Amino acid sequence: MPKITYIEHTGKIHTIDVSNGLTVMEGAVQNDIPGIDADCGGSMACATCHVYVKEEWFDKLKKKEDGEEDMLDMAHKPNKFSRLSCQLIVSDELEGLVVNLPEIQA
Amino acid sequence: MIDTDVLVIGAGPTGLFCVHQLGIIGLKCEVVDNLDKIGGQCIELYPDKPIYDIPAIPECTGEELTNNLIQQIKPFKTNFHLNNRVDEVKKNKNNWIIKTSKGKEFKSPNIIIAGGVGSFEPRKFAVKECEKFEGIGILYSVKDKTIFKDKIISIFGGGDSALDWAIELSTSSKVQLIHRRDEFRGAQSSVNKVKELEKEGKIEILTQYQLNSVEGKNKIENISIKHDDGNIKKIETNYILGFFGLIMKLGPIVNWGLNLDKKHIPVNTENFETNQKGIFAIGDICTYPGKLKLILSGFHEGALAARGCFKYARPNEKLRFEFTTTSKNVQERLGLKND
Repeated sequence: MPKITYIEHTGKIHTIDVSNGLTVMEGAVQNDIPGIDADCGGSMACATCHVYVKEEWFDKLKKKEDGEEDMLDMAHKPNKFSRLSCQLIVSDELEGLVVNLPEIQA
Repeated sequence: MIDTDVLVIGAGPTGLFCVHQLGIIGLKCEVVDNLDKIGGQCIELYPDKPIYDIPAIPECTGEELTNNLIQQIKPFKTNFHLNNRVDEVKKNKNNWIIKTSKGKEFKSPNIIIAGGVGSFEPRKFAVKECEKFEGIGILYSVKDKTIFKDKIISIFGGGDSALDWAIELSTSSKVQLIHRRDEFRGAQSSVNKVKELEKEGKIEILTQYQLNSVEGKNKIENISIKHDDGNIKKIETNYILGFFGLIMKLGPIVNWGLNLDKKHIPVNTENFETNQKGIFAIGDICTYPGKLKLILSGFHEGALAARGCFKYARPNEKLRFEFTTTSKNVQERLGLKND
């Protein structure tokens, strides 16, 4: 199981084993990591699972699909490393992925 | 004060089907929703997205599902109180007294909360000092457009609301349209119109900028916006309009004495009652072991919660289980004529 690291806005670090096939959002929600709300349950309709992907990881991720960038318009302080974690599906290639969580989810 | 058997909070698919189930068993209800239209998340978040897991409906959009449910509950002539958020819920003997944000009052032995993930509220600016100017110089919706006449307006956002208001206000105000990236997600025709107006000098478009700070004592004088490359630009502004869509907030529900598990309300799975007698929770907002956030689960939960309301609404009667196919009572409630 790949290890995914979630860093809260306060700096608190959570490193968790997340099964392949789950999303980075589900990994956080199932492990009670604060800072990811995922109000819509992963249908790319709410932008409350917004994360900042560590720069060195950003280009290794699958590109955004149509709609993700639109939703990110509504996120709290998006930047060029912003992604919706419900769209990041965990696989062996993501072993060691690090994401920073925003201060609030809008 | 409106007297009813059940107050349903939330006009999404779960609330709508629950209205049907209440009607079938002969209970009256009133529906309150904070949005300006019926349909909840289905209409607000994904009206055009196809849904594939409604039993016996291979494919439908959120809007079609909503319209079908509205059709299905027509016989019950239910009152909808839209643009109303339930702010206060208080116990009074065997009833609940419910007050909304617009001052409406209800008295009912039952409340069914079908509130999704809470009520929809506008998303706000991340900048701290924005709170101070909210409702004065910073607005998230337009109620009276005459206040913008001959003023300088900074509109933030890239969707239809931002584009439409930029176009509309450009006739009588100086409009600056500011968006975090070069692409706008609104309708192409609106994007084209905005770009035309930019060429004519009627709108200024500033992309890859986000709000950085707001300056002014009692009213806004200047704002600074920050480019992706870090550069900060100061611009004169009288009003700021932010259009970042809506977000769901649990809001006043937290004050009603209900147990909460994160943002959800724990219920029993027999009738979806909460820890408060006569308050039920169904759909996305409720939680119990094995809970699935599916519309079909919400339908099931609503059917049982409706029956759970019966004993409080009709304490001296016994609820008899009846099928729509055969029950004359039920068919009468559905407005069907029996020959």
